[in-house]
Amino acid sequence: MRYDNLLDSLGRTPLVGLPRLSPSGDVRLWAKLEDRNPTGSVKDRAAFFMIAQAEKEGLLQPGSVILEPTSGNTGISLAMVARLRGYRLIVVMPENTSEERRLLLRMYGAEIIGSPAAGGSNEAVRVARQLAAEHPEWVMLYQYGNEANARAHYETTGPEILADLPSITHFVAGLGTTGTLMGVGRYLREHKPDVKIVAAEPRYGELVYGLRNVDEGFVPELYDESVLTTRFSVSSADALRRTRELIDAEGIFAGISAGAALHAGLGMAAKAVAAGEPADIAVLIADGGWKYLSTGAYSGTLDEAEARLEGQLWA
Amino acid sequence: MAIEVRIPTILRTYTDGAKQVEGTGSTLDELITDLEQRHGGLRDRLVDDGGLRRFVNVYLNDEDVRFLAGLETPVKDGDTVTVLPAVAGGAR
Repeated sequence: MRYDNLLDSLGRTPLVGLPRLSPSGDVRLWAKLEDRNPTGSVKDRAAFFMIAQAEKEGLLQPGSVILEPTSGNTGISLAMVARLRGYRLIVVMPENTSEERRLLLRMYGAEIIGSPAAGGSNEAVRVARQLAAEHPEWVMLYQYGNEANARAHYETTGPEILADLPSITHFVAGLGTTGTLMGVGRYLREHKPDVKIVAAEPRYGELVYGLRNVDEGFVPELYDESVLTTRFSVSSADALRRTRELIDAEGIFAGISAGAALHAGLGMAAKAVAAGEPADIAVLIADGGWKYLSTGAYSGTLDEAEARLEGQLWA
Repeated sequence: MAIEVRIPTILRTYTDGAKQVEGTGSTLDELITDLEQRHGGLRDRLVDDGGLRRFVNVYLNDEDVRFLAGLETPVKDGDTVTVLPAVAGGAR
């Protein structure tokens, strides 16, 4: 396939069957390989759409500064697009994210401002909002509330999946900004009203939770609960175990959030089997495993890997 | 076989420090009532007049029971129920 430039090659990622992980010939799992995007993650779609929208609104000129709270992938995607378009990028990132992400961001020329590890992404959002208030000339795209984030998936990811899998019964993806689930979910519902939209939410250890106030739960502005059929909470241990299974059974080297999505997909598959209903379940693989190698997630026993992952953000 | 219930640190004062306990019942409501007999005070921390308390999340085999049938969600032997304080998860 030939494209005029890297950005034109965005999307149109493969949907591959998972025959060994599927429970039967009637209940099948499929993986949407979003690591096959320009910078290796699903976030390229949102980054491209958000920057294109800001350009359309006249918010960005060459030399403009873009500010964004992100634990990694969105920052890397924005950094690539910003580099090509001549913008400066400043990302606010929790300190407990992997070293690879920092190296990639710096490689593309982004500046990194750290936010306290204990607050996770919520704290990064708070710090970014404060910086945006101090620097009104900076443009915060704000992936958690930017309609172009969800629209990227409504216009590209959703149609691609439906075209490749017209018999789809379930769509499963990680719940972060909620952009993927909202965009794909709305598109699929319009065409397949009975489709089940399933969220996989990371469940971090109490080390991460314990430091937070339970009342300050942050809900992204994009989130509309009515789009979801159900929601899974996936522990680090289960996410790791499923990530290993993707490698062992299907040869797919994916990031840890993909393991979480697979865990929810297998949960829905088991329910379909129990109900005696056929199912075609598409699971979104948000990125490859490369950026998480230094976390130790892929080496040693599962218990060792889980211990090493304690306190780190993996989605 | 029974239903395994995982208890968060903040509620382990009701389970003598146990991380997980076992119970029986055909719905989540019955399960919580069964647990209350051995772990007095627990039910009140999970349930109020309106159903599950706002700042408590309960998962059946990792699935949020609010998207199932809440307290009326059917449960069976071999299931795992996880109780967590409600906090929005990490976002990307």
